[in-house]
Amino acid sequence: MFGLSSLSNTGRKPDTTGSKPMEATNAHLDPVDGRTPLVIGGHDFHSITEIVARPVEQGMPRGWYIIFGIALCLLSLLLVSIGWLVWEGVGVWGLNNPVAWGWAIVSFVFWVGIGHAGTLISAILYLFRQRWRTGVNRAAEAMTIFAVVCALMFPTIHVGRIWLLYWVFPIPNQMDVWPNFRSPLLWDVFAVTIYGTVSILFWFTGLIPDLATMRDRAKTLTRKRVYGFFAMGWRGSNRHWHNYEVAYMILAGLATPLVLSVHTIVSFDFAVSQLPGWHTTIFPPYFVAGAIFSGFAMVLTLMVICRTAFKMENLLTNRHFENMAKIVLTTGSIVGYAYAMEFFIAWYSGNPYESFAFVNRAFGPYAWAYWIMVSCNVLSPQIFWFRKARQNLTVIFIVSIFVNIGMWFERFVITVTSLANDFLPSAWDYFHPSFWDISTLLGSFGLFFTLFCLFVRYLPMVAIAEVKCVLPESNPHHQPTEG
Amino acid sequence: MTTQESSNHGMLAEYSTTASIYHACEKVRDAGYTRWDAHTPFPVHGLDAAMGLSRSKLPWFVLFCGLSGASLAFALQWWTSVVAQPLVIAGKPLFSWQAFVPVTFEVGVLFAAFGAVFGMLAMNGLPQLYHSVFHSERFSRASDDRFFISIESTDPNYDETKTRALLEEAGADHVEFIAH
Repeated sequence: MFGLSSLSNTGRKPDTTGSKPMEATNAHLDPVDGRTPLVIGGHDFHSITEIVARPVEQGMPRGWYIIFGIALCLLSLLLVSIGWLVWEGVGVWGLNNPVAWGWAIVSFVFWVGIGHAGTLISAILYLFRQRWRTGVNRAAEAMTIFAVVCALMFPTIHVGRIWLLYWVFPIPNQMDVWPNFRSPLLWDVFAVTIYGTVSILFWFTGLIPDLATMRDRAKTLTRKRVYGFFAMGWRGSNRHWHNYEVAYMILAGLATPLVLSVHTIVSFDFAVSQLPGWHTTIFPPYFVAGAIFSGFAMVLTLMVICRTAFKMENLLTNRHFENMAKIVLTTGSIVGYAYAMEFFIAWYSGNPYESFAFVNRAFGPYAWAYWIMVSCNVLSPQIFWFRKARQNLTVIFIVSIFVNIGMWFERFVITVTSLANDFLPSAWDYFHPSFWDISTLLGSFGLFFTLFCLFVRYLPMVAIAEVKCVLPESNPHHQPTEG
Repeated sequence: MTTQESSNHGMLAEYSTTASIYHACEKVRDAGYTRWDAHTPFPVHGLDAAMGLSRSKLPWFVLFCGLSGASLAFALQWWTSVVAQPLVIAGKPLFSWQAFVPVTFEVGVLFAAFGAVFGMLAMNGLPQLYHSVFHSERFSRASDDRFFISIESTDPNYDETKTRALLEEAGADHVEFIAH
């Protein structure tokens, strides 16, 4: 972000005389790297503040109220579903004897996977000095936090007697019992809660300067006090920026291995068990690629909506969307490769249970789910080989929805097929979701969109200070060209 | 003169471009001021050097926090699995350290992240809701599109006329006194 973005410009003084004839023909291209600038429309520092702060200050468009209303309805459905589950027990779900992990675990992995894109954009693209991340990172980080909230909810309610949930934490107790630190499920507790905490810290750190901007623009006393409280008296001091940039860089460096470790550990929930179809070494990289894939799909879904609703074409440009579409294409192809490699290893291992598990996935009772997964995840992103598709918001939106669906089915296929048809055919059973399975999944979308709507309503959804850094004028060596 | 000096917190100069704040900071630094600051809406590249700031010590603090977190987590897992509740699970040895790696790593990252954020805030003296620069009406643009230099009246080199001349000579659009 900061500093890095301007770093790439230092030492390359824009040639004012040389750039003039170029501007006449290619006025929209950056004179230094010849690409479309990341902020278009001739904006300066103040107008960037205006674009981002205006929606928060002037209220939401009508569409926001519709989405928020639907989200609140689904959230109520979630509360009812959880209430009934706690009252009655996990038997209200469609779980049966071989399939003891049903939609709750499927949805947990689905949401935690979505939660990976935010930190990837914030941390990994920051370390790789991808300056385009500044337009999308704030909203993507928010999405991460809300997705992790949804993810954490599922195992929490899945434990059945949720009032005993504290047993997963190493708290001294009268029973003298401690958690089993050799269990991947316990690693998961630590990985996901810590990931959520670090994501919040990262997000909040990035927000501090923008909260100060909101405070300084506030017209009412309440706004001034609330934003002022959270801005903590930030005054843009360069002595503060000095430590701030180091802290941000360190957080990026910490979040990078963290984000890779989290989905690795989630995959251990499966890979460390002995079940055919789960017990494979490919799971950690395969899960991480899938997580990035699904996370970017969700970022695209949300960003298409936000860009259209809040008219941010100049900050969320086609270049941003094209880059994200390329990442979706790449990770989608990696996921496709992983599907193929699983089959190859199942055959090559010579293990009949392993081979059966995979043939059964593709041609057994759950073949419908398998082929939904393959067509959504592997086939649909291939359209992004075409530049026209990468620049068409409608195509991007449709593909992102397909990927969201496909990635939910991927977790369904992995979780349910392996459990339903394990070793002895006499123990097999078919999984049917109950009403409460479906209502809990729909409800989790309600929770997610409620939180996201509140975020765009009250906080700047684009990192104001960071986007200013990608303007050429942010560099002290910038020489303005006339006209 | 002296009474006025003590009644003011200092002087605030406003600049309109990153280039002008950059060169102004170089001038203030070279004039030997110590109790002064620059205020910008985003971090201006190279301004640390222009102000003569030394490297931040934050990384050392973060390293310390990260190592403490990792050691604490590892010790906790060892103690609960070997001493407090020695229970053989899946035929593994009590001290099966390989299984303790994930939690050790995660808790290490957690402590380091806390160290980075709270260490940064502590080094910056934040939260500090009250500060004299906020008295200035113009200062609200420091978080938008303007760049400021504040020099405190407690600086040994501070002199109302000379300091003002220095800031104006460096291209300030506006210079004002700020109350305590």
